Amino acid sequence: MEYRSPISKARGLGSAKSGTEHWWLQRVTAVALIPLSYWLIVLIKLATTATYQETVSWLAAPLNTVVIALWILAVCFHAALGVQVVIEDYVSTEGAKMSAVWTCHLLFTAIAVAALFAVLQISLAG
Amino acid sequence: MVEFTLPKNSKLTRGKFFKAPDGATNVRRFEVYRWDPDSGENPRIDAYEVDVGSCGPMVLDAIIKIKNEIDSTLTFRRSCREGVCGSCAMNVNGKNTLVCTKAIDEYKGTIKIFPLPHMAVVKDLVPDMTHFYAQYASIKPWMATQTPPPADSERLQSREDRAKLDGLYECVLCACCSTSCPSYWWNSERYLGPAVLLQAYRWLVDSRDEGTGERLDELEDPFKLYRCHTIMNCTDTCPKGLNPAKAIAETKKLLVQRKLG
Repeated sequence: MEYRSPISKARGLGSAKSGTEHWWLQRVTAVALIPLSYWLIVLIKLATTATYQETVSWLAAPLNTVVIALWILAVCFHAALGVQVVIEDYVSTEGAKMSAVWTCHLLFTAIAVAALFAVLQISLAG
Repeated sequence: MVEFTLPKNSKLTRGKFFKAPDGATNVRRFEVYRWDPDSGENPRIDAYEVDVGSCGPMVLDAIIKIKNEIDSTLTFRRSCREGVCGSCAMNVNGKNTLVCTKAIDEYKGTIKIFPLPHMAVVKDLVPDMTHFYAQYASIKPWMATQTPPPADSERLQSREDRAKLDGLYECVLCACCSTSCPSYWWNSERYLGPAVLLQAYRWLVDSRDEGTGERLDELEDPFKLYRCHTIMNCTDTCPKGLNPAKAIAETKKLLVQRKLG
């Protein structure tokens, strides 16, 4: 028998008093990706059509290195925030939800570090 | 986890068929969700042929005619029959609406009537609204003030400030919007849903209310508020033509303004 009142269930554990930054940063990174993605398109175009040496020397130019690094940061941050929301939407078991959110954040951190390392290596060697 | 398969007892079966009476002039077919908790049986779809020639113009008129003249066991909520009480919210041909303000003529062919989606059913077209009303009560939908009321008058409000409540005060809490929202389907234990968030915003913008900060504190939560992903089903389905999605967006703007503005 369930004796908790409906109001008690509705109020639950109360407000976490957070979420605004998560929501706002998702918007900020989305807007940032609009100009930054232009560089990615150029990079993909070079990587698929130009020679290896041309692509590497384009990427090694300071502005291009910085913008591609910014793109990596913005896209990984945006993806981690977004995938977290999807997990929270669809996974309602507490333990599974928490470990899925942690896995998602660790995964995107690893992707970001690996990608930044690759870009810097090319840039510093070039 | 999300359940991707229906529980056993929600598989629908074909129910009874009630043929139109002889001499009917304008027959429309209504298929209605029926479930009796006492029978132990699965829900079924009963089909009624209704002579709409001898019936009022609205879908609710046809449902009342079915109960009065064809099948008195049909259970549903209704009261004002003019869209101000919010009792007769149902899912008609896949879209939530108040059946008292929806004309039969607005639909072609068979009219399929189901209870509000993703709510526990009490019987037939009657959903259990307990949690929805408790969520409404949880946002404290009354005026919060420190200032005592003036001794000899009401709390005054300018015309401009009163106009800010237009599009909000009209909400009758029929739950059409909340029960059309996928976020509310998956997380209704914690997500307040569009109807309750629109009501919360109604108090946030009321110039006479002095509890805005505390109200925002209570709303700022990844689940209570931020499950809204601007899907817009709420605004699309609202039978009163209101815009809960905008009220939620304005609430998010207030929270950003408080934090970063």
